[in-house]
Amino acid sequence: MSILVIAEHDNLTLKDSTLNTITAASQLSDDVDIVVIGYQCDKVAAAAAKVAGIANVLVFDQEAYQYQLAENLSSLLKDIALEYRYILAPATTFGKNLLPRTAALFDCQPISDVIEIVDANTFKRPIYAGNAIATVISEQSKLCLTIRCAAFEAAGLQSTAAPIQHYATDISSTLSHFVSADIATSDRPDLLSANVIIAGGRGMQSADSFTLLNNLADKLGAAVGASRAAVDAGYVPNDMQIGQTGKIVAPDLYIAVGISGAIQHLAGMQDSKVIVAINKDEDAPIFQVADYGLVDDLFTAIQELGELL
Amino acid sequence: MKILVAIKRVVDYNVKVRPTSDGKSVDIANTKKSINPFCEIAVEEAIRLKEAELATEVVVVSVGPDAVQEQLRTAMALGADRAIQVKTEADLEPLAIGKALKAVIEREDPGLVMLGKQSIDGDNNQTGQILAALTNMPQGTFASHVAIADKRVVVTREVDGGLQTLSLSLPAIITTDLRLNEPRYASLPNIMKAKRKPLFVIDLNEFGIDSEPRVVTTAVESPAQRQPGIKVANAAELVDKLKNEAKVIT
Repeated sequence: MSILVIAEHDNLTLKDSTLNTITAASQLSDDVDIVVIGYQCDKVAAAAAKVAGIANVLVFDQEAYQYQLAENLSSLLKDIALEYRYILAPATTFGKNLLPRTAALFDCQPISDVIEIVDANTFKRPIYAGNAIATVISEQSKLCLTIRCAAFEAAGLQSTAAPIQHYATDISSTLSHFVSADIATSDRPDLLSANVIIAGGRGMQSADSFTLLNNLADKLGAAVGASRAAVDAGYVPNDMQIGQTGKIVAPDLYIAVGISGAIQHLAGMQDSKVIVAINKDEDAPIFQVADYGLVDDLFTAIQELGELL
Repeated sequence: MKILVAIKRVVDYNVKVRPTSDGKSVDIANTKKSINPFCEIAVEEAIRLKEAELATEVVVVSVGPDAVQEQLRTAMALGADRAIQVKTEADLEPLAIGKALKAVIEREDPGLVMLGKQSIDGDNNQTGQILAALTNMPQGTFASHVAIADKRVVVTREVDGGLQTLSLSLPAIITTDLRLNEPRYASLPNIMKAKRKPLFVIDLNEFGIDSEPRVVTTAVESPAQRQPGIKVANAAELVDKLKNEAKVIT
């Protein structure tokens, strides 16, 4: 009943999404290995060895894996997976890109976005943008799951680091080449792991006014997100989008500012512990999911909150 | 170059679905059906590549019962040249859809294959990646920009941290994200014209693939509803509640 977790990382740090995935893995079995595939990724392997529940760290550190292209990684994982009953990856763009390709190589129908592990073969996952939760059962000899990070706590640390084993392969596909990346860097917490999130919608009216949210976020140690409407309007980049097709988050506190609450946005944040909505339209659907609603002009409210915090 | 676009018939995105009273499935009887919005973006992108003379023909394909012909006609009204229905009454999983589409690719030999990144019913986000694995083609998933040059396709992808750009050899699989384009509306003359465009039907059984379900849905329930909250009068009361009642800030 062994499990392989695929580490998400950028060759320097292990992404928090991996920690949530390890927690899900630990619910299935206490025989959990992790594979780190990258280039010059020693720090990631060392970090992975310290995560509670990890028995072995498998490392494939080669230049061909620098950008973790799905073509290369899936061919490698196809061979490694032989030994395991479950293959798990986070349901992030990394895992969603990689795991279905990997699963298909050994004729496995993967299960996406698992939010609950019922038993060894039974899982719950949202469908229809979270408007329904399906319970699914699969008797396949191998199971490939992507784990919705917001539904599982992050794994902690263990006192004794797991052994790290290095391997080498000669797989290198020429199908796909990395050209460039435009990855945002910020001092604020990552949306997927932040305890507090402030998100702005179309009501923010401009890119400039997101600066107001940033200032408020800094006072609260919060991450800043946005609705699809704000992203489509060009106020902020796509990686800030929260919703069915953006990021799925569940922080302790979610403050929605000028967000009306379209179904596809609610699908991305309705599992937050406490939801605050600030909107001048008292009939906005966001108030139906909010624990605390403030009907007010958002610019007035932001200013007052800034003074109070 | 020929572009193959796979599309799915789904419940229209404006319909709010509910579980059936027996809790076994989702009640979609008598609801409006449409092309899955992500698939529509794939169709639009293929048509634009043809209009830019980077493609010569756009073929749309859908796997499903005769009802999918409605969406195939819609895609042809938008500008696709012809359509293929892989006919089956079964509700296939992404792996089986991938196998069916692989069989279509072997017959059609397209230079580029485009799909929506996920369907808004199953929300699996798998079919394109599975198809890429089965055909050993490179994949450019969650595309927000596509450019064809020098027998390669350069795809900009929406990833968690921002954007990533890859160059793929052709033939390749691309799955489309929301910001790739804004699909056009079909004009009445084009809707009429689409009725005369060729639509070829092939039975799934002719492909001889294993399409047995691997994952069985045993129950469908509504998500837990949040308890209704309260309205606060002003920012000061909000901060007080967050500090002293919810205790989420200090």
